[in-house]
Amino acid sequence: MCLGVPGEILACHPGPGGLRYGTVRFGAADREVCLAYVPEAKVGDFVIVHVGLALTVLSREDAEETFSYLEEMEQLSELGREADALEREEVP
Amino acid sequence: MGEITCPVPLGDGGRILLAHGGGGRLTRDLVERIFLPAFRNDTLAALHDSAVLERPPGRLAFTTDSFVVHPLFFPGGDVGKLAVTGTVNDLAMSGARPLYLSLGFILEEGLAVDDLVRVVASVRAAAEAAAVSVVAGDTKVVERGKGDGVFITSAGVGIVEARRPVAPTEVRAGDAVLVSGPVGQHGVAVLAVRDGLAFASPILSDCASVVGPALALLASGIDVHCMRDPTRGGVATVLNEIAAQARCEIAVHESAIPVGEDVAGACEVLGLDPLYVACEGRFLAFVPVGDADRALEVLRARPETAQASRIGTVRQGGTPGLVVLKTKAGGERVLDLLSGEQLPRIC
Amino acid sequence: MKYLDEYRDGATAQRYAETLRAVVTRPWTLMEVCGGQTHSIVRYGIDEMLPPGVTLIHGPGCPVCVTPVGILDRAFRIARQPGVIFTSFGDMLRVPGTRDDLLHVRAEGGDVRVVYSPLDAVAIAEREPERQVVFLAVGFETTAPANAMAVRLAAKKRLTNFTVLLAQVRVPPALEAILAASGCRVQAFLAAGHVCTVMGTAEYGPLCAAYHVPVVVTGFEPLDLLQGITMAVRQLEEGRSEVEIQYRRSVRPEGNAHARAAIEEVFEITDRDWRGLGRIPRSGFALRATYAAFDAERRFPDSEPLAPEDPACLAGLVLQGRLRPQECPAFGTRCTPDHPLGAPMVSSEGACAAYHLYRRRTAARPAPAGAA
Repeated sequence: MCLGVPGEILACHPGPGGLRYGTVRFGAADREVCLAYVPEAKVGDFVIVHVGLALTVLSREDAEETFSYLEEMEQLSELGREADALEREEVP
Repeated sequence: MGEITCPVPLGDGGRILLAHGGGGRLTRDLVERIFLPAFRNDTLAALHDSAVLERPPGRLAFTTDSFVVHPLFFPGGDVGKLAVTGTVNDLAMSGARPLYLSLGFILEEGLAVDDLVRVVASVRAAAEAAAVSVVAGDTKVVERGKGDGVFITSAGVGIVEARRPVAPTEVRAGDAVLVSGPVGQHGVAVLAVRDGLAFASPILSDCASVVGPALALLASGIDVHCMRDPTRGGVATVLNEIAAQARCEIAVHESAIPVGEDVAGACEVLGLDPLYVACEGRFLAFVPVGDADRALEVLRARPETAQASRIGTVRQGGTPGLVVLKTKAGGERVLDLLSGEQLPRIC
Repeated sequence: MKYLDEYRDGATAQRYAETLRAVVTRPWTLMEVCGGQTHSIVRYGIDEMLPPGVTLIHGPGCPVCVTPVGILDRAFRIARQPGVIFTSFGDMLRVPGTRDDLLHVRAEGGDVRVVYSPLDAVAIAEREPERQVVFLAVGFETTAPANAMAVRLAAKKRLTNFTVLLAQVRVPPALEAILAASGCRVQAFLAAGHVCTVMGTAEYGPLCAAYHVPVVVTGFEPLDLLQGITMAVRQLEEGRSEVEIQYRRSVRPEGNAHARAAIEEVFEITDRDWRGLGRIPRSGFALRATYAAFDAERRFPDSEPLAPEDPACLAGLVLQGRLRPQECPAFGTRCTPDHPLGAPMVSSEGACAAYHLYRRRTAARPAPAGAA
């Protein structure tokens, strides 16, 4: 299973086995998640959770990139269309 | 009103014994101390072999159902409340005002009497809220291990108030498809207890009577073609059933279907699709497209259906029996029936 | 839900589809590796939004589906044993072995319990010291850290009643096997976002270089997939073959060092048999000697020969991307989620399951020549 869901850490505390756990909110549903693999994670961070363990802290800056990439691509393609239009105009 | 004071003198630390189903003194005690006071009506109190009832003029609607939900108690309800709301909702879906219910209880030996008292209290409260009388009942007890606490079988009778038939066969191309509120709550509420999911504020089952809103819709003069309440299998299953029975194609918009954020989050974590998760207090309505706005007004005026929404349309032409979903991402796909049992013992 | 809903936005998805249209000049064939990606594609209709000429082939990204049926039979034999509590993820319950599945084992009296996490299985073992708890540890590298954690926890607590039955596989060797097979049509990969969240991207560089295929590590939501496809197609159009990360909010080139350290500590790399792909060297994980006490295969020796795959089940071809689910003659008829011939029809990541749920009612194409 590769189901990984993003959730927000509300609180951190020790849990079973002496491991670090967090209360993580998914939408408005809270669950206990093991944070042992993300020792740098803190309250307020979003983590990607798979089978009850956090695998990484979600990077908010990088999260934006999907949208800025699209804008870049659209600008490129707009420039491309303008260039093509100019070429056509120039042909006598 | 009749307080149910527990104690039926039951041996064995207040637990149901096989003898409670035997028909003898213990059975009588159970009926007189727990069931009768809860339902306080002369018909039941007559304790006759059958209930003899006044029948107002009009066509009868009649339904039956069984309730085997596990666990018995869940946030927002229990098997008793379900037994009433599930039954009266089925009657309302035919355009009928529910009048009378009968309830058969199968109790497991060893059930705590306190639990039975709680269930019966829930039945009473739900029956009052739905303005129905419980006029007949039965109790049996099975050996420990042969039941699961409490199973309830119900039958319900009502008088049809709709002036025209309300059924899938009345659905017409162009009809608007409405839903009375956010979906998937009951299934998630039950799973939360089974699965040990904790919530910021507990997700309550939407278990409730929809009689009020359904009859209001009919009384408003709108020509309601069809209504159905999604229970097991959720909204997707009901849409498929109606598409098949009405021999039409239905198109719905995923982003138009209301889903609470808590239900959405729980479904993501559990890998469930809210469209297939059980509701117990919602219904779909098919109305002529020209009446859609007014129907929504009627529903939204009531607190219990304040989030009623239009979710789709019955397509002109199209493939009979097909339900098509316009997804959030913009693509289209078939919203098919799930095979197999997704969430067992959900209602 | 934050960091999910915005990646499902229809208007943005349309814009991506149009951008892609502007980039494509030739037909290209891409393979998405992970079953979760396959489900998302089929569920949201992503493949139908693509310009004609961009084809997606579904990969072997379903760890249950690639587990040979003989291993499943062995698991079910353990589950039948008295005194055993057999634990697994929920979607394993209907995966068929040669004769039956865990649901049947449970109906016949086996104590089969669904857990959400391998750590839950350890907790059960602690609570029930008189019983032997076995956890069916199926998964890709995404799940390996959790399985490693469970074994470490059991070792720390000195549990003598907890073992794991490993069916843990590695993705890069499988991709290489696909590329090396004759007739491979894959020109670029959308690599599995959560596998790489754990492992990083280092293992894919050599593949790019050797086979000249772009590898774009991609997420699971519609916009992730559309961006990943766009990035891969751009590489193809420009003649590049590099590793790129689309799923940057989750994947770093170095992966998760703590998780990788745990995997390294508990597991060693071993050869594994993959359904449909045969034996792939160094494609699985086994418990290291220090943790051998937690190996269910040792605790429950089983000398029965492994059953062969059912020839009627074409899962092998589906997993290689050589057959689409609806092209299989058994699809939707002999093989359905209620009575599946193989794992891909019931696993939550199986391609056949995705098509049966989301595409059964679109017209099935006839099986291509040579597929049977």
